[in-house]
Amino acid sequence: MIEPIVSFHDVHKSFGDVKVLKGIDLDIRPAEKVAIIGPSGSGKTTIIRMLMTLEEPTSGDIIVNGTNLWKMEKKGKLVRANEKHLRAVRGDIGMVFQHFNLFPHMTILENCMTAPLHVKKEGKEAVKQRSLEMLERVGLSDKVDQYPSQLSGGQKQRVAMARALVMRPKIMLFDEVTSALDPELVAEVLQVIRDIAKNDDMAMILVTHEMDFALDIADKVLFLDEGVIAEQGTAREVIEHSNNERLQEFLHRFRA
Amino acid sequence: MSNWSWEVVAEAFPKIIDGLGITLGLTLACYGFALAFGFIWLFMRKIPIRPLRWLITWVMEFIRSTPPLVQLFFIYFAWPMVPVIGFTLNGFTSAILGLGIHFSTYIAEVYRSGIEGVGKGQWEAAKSLNFSKRQKWTKIILPQAIPPTIPMLGNYFIIMFKEVPLASTIGVAGILHIANSYGAENWTYLEPLTIVAILFLALSYPSAIIINRLEKKWNRRFDKKEALTRSKGATA
Repeated sequence: MIEPIVSFHDVHKSFGDVKVLKGIDLDIRPAEKVAIIGPSGSGKTTIIRMLMTLEEPTSGDIIVNGTNLWKMEKKGKLVRANEKHLRAVRGDIGMVFQHFNLFPHMTILENCMTAPLHVKKEGKEAVKQRSLEMLERVGLSDKVDQYPSQLSGGQKQRVAMARALVMRPKIMLFDEVTSALDPELVAEVLQVIRDIAKNDDMAMILVTHEMDFALDIADKVLFLDEGVIAEQGTAREVIEHSNNERLQEFLHRFRA
Repeated sequence: MSNWSWEVVAEAFPKIIDGLGITLGLTLACYGFALAFGFIWLFMRKIPIRPLRWLITWVMEFIRSTPPLVQLFFIYFAWPMVPVIGFTLNGFTSAILGLGIHFSTYIAEVYRSGIEGVGKGQWEAAKSLNFSKRQKWTKIILPQAIPPTIPMLGNYFIIMFKEVPLASTIGVAGILHIANSYGAENWTYLEPLTIVAILFLALSYPSAIIINRLEKKWNRRFDKKEALTRSKGATA
């Protein structure tokens, strides 16, 4: 039995009076590719945002690599994690955002280099070489000295992926990464994710509306509905053999 | 009524020019002080103790709502008479403190607007790449927050330059002070004060042009398109 790299134990999250997540239990193995699907507002994005420490769970535990993400031990008691603790655990996690969030004041290459250079304090030459390799991998070798504003949405998103990959995360989170793109630019981004999924041994969690793509690359599919995981299994199990009415209805709407 | 005399101009001009160093020096000193103190306000307003934050906000509001001249007089004339903590300050130092603190409250607002202009996504991206708090500010937030504020900061520079003659009321011998004294001694105010007005124009107009250039230069570096979409509230 391989230890999971990420575990959620009865995780709840409310925003004010609105209960978004109502008890999430979840195990993700190293290198596993997980797709989270479900209607909008079902809390998909909140799951990965809590993992990236962008939102704090209301209750429950999130274990990353054997360490409790949001709680730490202090004088034998579990207390709310401080920034130092979060920073130590967060280092294994990378994220790609719906709106790219590239740094507009830096060139493409600088966007990729800044974190390994300043956060991990790695040598400049090594970082530069690795960044160039990553940018080549996402097909943007000719754009390294340009600024984000000079790129198309698809190109920006590929830079964002290179930027996250250069940090060598063990867990990569993709938050609806194609939702903000023009339809004709979606394919190039999906192609890069497909390449990463095939060749890299990190765990990946994708929140997506690209149903066919998700079912194609994911080892495991989670169907999130009204704040709970309503169905989970391999793509085949979930799509073809589930009796969950809401899931069938949801899939039907996408296939229509 | 006296007529315009070029002889008076010739006599007064060199004397007035002598005060230019003081006027410019005081402007730069006040501005530097205001820029630095503006940051201090910014951080004081982030203190995680609510009553203290209220106090800071109230003090800032108080400083903004009182005339700078009153503040100057207070520091120069009244502060030395405050029991225990009071002490005498010379005119130049009083002017730096008075005008510097007064303008720092406005500069702090400029900084705040610049920082609020940086989208939430930038903070989240910085967090996802595990930047420390300090790195987040120095590498990601401030480099984006400052350039858009340059025109506003520049305007405050010019406004401050025009407020600096207030210091003549507490004996700082800038160009206005000298011109005024000259007028009093020679019973002719027309020429010296005209010279002062022209000197102010001659200095503030080019400053406006320089600020304009600076703004363009920064924006080019920062990238115009991005600045444009940002100001419309879109994310990069």
